[in-house]
Amino acid sequence: MSAVVDLPPTRPASGAQRPGFFRRLFADYGQELVVLAAVVALFIVVTMVNPRFISANNLTTIFSGNAYIAVAAIGMAMVIITGHIDVSVGALIGVLATISGTLAVAGYPIWIAWLAPVLVGMAVNACIGGLVAYARIPSIVVTLGALSIMRGGLISVTGGTWITNLPPSFLIAQKSVLGLPVPLVVMVVLTVLAALWMRYSAFGRSLYAIGGNAEAALATGIPVERRTVAVFVIHGAFAGLATILFATQLQVIQSTVPPNLELTVITAAVIGGVSILGGSGTVIGSTLATILFATIGSALIFVNVSAYWLRAVIGLLILATVLADMLRRRGRI
Amino acid sequence: MNWKSLLRHETFLALLLVVVLIVLSFQSDRFFTVSNLLNQGRLMTEIGLIAIAMTFVIATGGIDLSVGSILGLTAILTGVFWQNIGMPLPLAAIAAIAVGTLAGFANGAIITRFNVPPLIATLATLALYRGLAEGISQARSVRGYPDWFYVLGQGEVLGVPTQLWILAAAAIIASIILAYTRWGRTVYAIGSNEVASRFSGLSVEKTKLALYTASGFAAAVAGVIFVSRVSTTRSDMGTGIELDAITAVVLGGTSIFGGRGTIAGTMIGLCLIQALKNGLSLAGVKGDGTIMLIGAVLILAILASNLFERSGTR
Repeated sequence: MSAVVDLPPTRPASGAQRPGFFRRLFADYGQELVVLAAVVALFIVVTMVNPRFISANNLTTIFSGNAYIAVAAIGMAMVIITGHIDVSVGALIGVLATISGTLAVAGYPIWIAWLAPVLVGMAVNACIGGLVAYARIPSIVVTLGALSIMRGGLISVTGGTWITNLPPSFLIAQKSVLGLPVPLVVMVVLTVLAALWMRYSAFGRSLYAIGGNAEAALATGIPVERRTVAVFVIHGAFAGLATILFATQLQVIQSTVPPNLELTVITAAVIGGVSILGGSGTVIGSTLATILFATIGSALIFVNVSAYWLRAVIGLLILATVLADMLRRRGRI
Repeated sequence: MNWKSLLRHETFLALLLVVVLIVLSFQSDRFFTVSNLLNQGRLMTEIGLIAIAMTFVIATGGIDLSVGSILGLTAILTGVFWQNIGMPLPLAAIAAIAVGTLAGFANGAIITRFNVPPLIATLATLALYRGLAEGISQARSVRGYPDWFYVLGQGEVLGVPTQLWILAAAAIIASIILAYTRWGRTVYAIGSNEVASRFSGLSVEKTKLALYTASGFAAAVAGVIFVSRVSTTRSDMGTGIELDAITAVVLGGTSIFGGRGTIAGTMIGLCLIQALKNGLSLAGVKGDGTIMLIGAVLILAILASNLFERSGTR
């Protein structure tokens, strides 16, 4: 699929044409373009089958309803690029949503209800990052443990009740800016900022270096341990921002962990072209992949396929992408 | 030298288990009764079977997150093969176990053929197999199995729950294989240094393929036992069981990096977790509180073993 990426770097320009803006684009964003093409193709096909698919209502559902996944996937992409993984993000978002909702209902100023999930998310992930970086426990083990601590803790404290009577001013995900829904705007802005930051800042580049080869990164003077903690903290901030979008999209919040959210977020990052081995990928890809999932989920309904097959389709998709990634790597070595 | 330190870890764990048992029996007089203990054995069989296979997998430095989904898929297929396709129940169960084993084989093939890290490969198949279970079942449950089928999950043989015999047999066979056969030593060799094992002429790929297949088989058998125990099939069965199994294995002294671990350790870890769960619930702590405790125990156990390892070998 993406074998084109493996073109030799130096090609004698046969004409006066520049050595391919498009070729460079494809070399840098091959996977992202594939995902984008899949989204566009899906839209065209499903719309031909059922024109109501591109009604404004459904588009809002697809883009706004899933923006929180895309925002969480930005942080996840950074973690995976650095060579780690976080399976506790779903539980974290569940905990943060409960905290945020409880504060809002208790009558605290709205900005505190919005700020709290971001700060708590950063604090929790600072602990996780510390255990990974300094105690050298594999991130999978730390986050598996954190997952059950947070899931168990949340349910034993709240009993899984619904938080209702949320003040209307709290529900920012239902508002719009310049005629566009807030979640969509937040998703696009954060994706663009994070993409620029990952591509052009020294910090961003160092994450790729650590994920590519942590020992080499250490040898070149990158403070690997501090950066590892930092990337988890940033990931926690994105989880907090995702929580705000998630918690404010409905009139109620259920104080449990959204099932399988961590898997959806990891899948989005991986399908978007973030290599599972670390060291490559972009946050643009993870956002596009989130949109792809949302489109598939919606499309299945519009072409009358049972939603119960959704997970099988997504599982197949992640498997295919992972295999393609490994084959592409093998071709390069 | 190495086995001495292993012995110490397990002895320590066994002592911890004894202490926990004593404390819990003081907490509630219903805890230390034969019927309660046997009943707990019933409850830990499914996790135990999976944890035994997982011990091998983790000892090679791998991991299998898809076991809960394979369990669910097998459970659903047992019901579907029997009720919707009309197979006789024994055949349906065997066919479902075969599919579960095949699912494990697929994991192994993806991991060995394409060099996909086990974590990612089984994360993907976790979604895929669970998705298949959901898609096939369409959220319908299958009930009304014949009475003889419940012997497996609810019956007793010689006064001991049926499935506990299966678990005991599996544990004994597995510990003999891991400790005393060339194949078992290959497992440790791969976990210690995969490249060196390959250069020493060990069949690394074949061993790994066999292990993930065995892991699928164990999860599939656990699935059928699960159905027999709870008298119904649902597509969400076994969700999160991989965490329990991994916790038991790691708590039992198997290194998450591979190369170290025993079945005896895993079984002690398993008993410890089950005793904590049961004791706490008898003492009035809700099930969710124990999930929390298990997560903390998992992190602390690895933290402790990491500290020991660093002060020891390096």
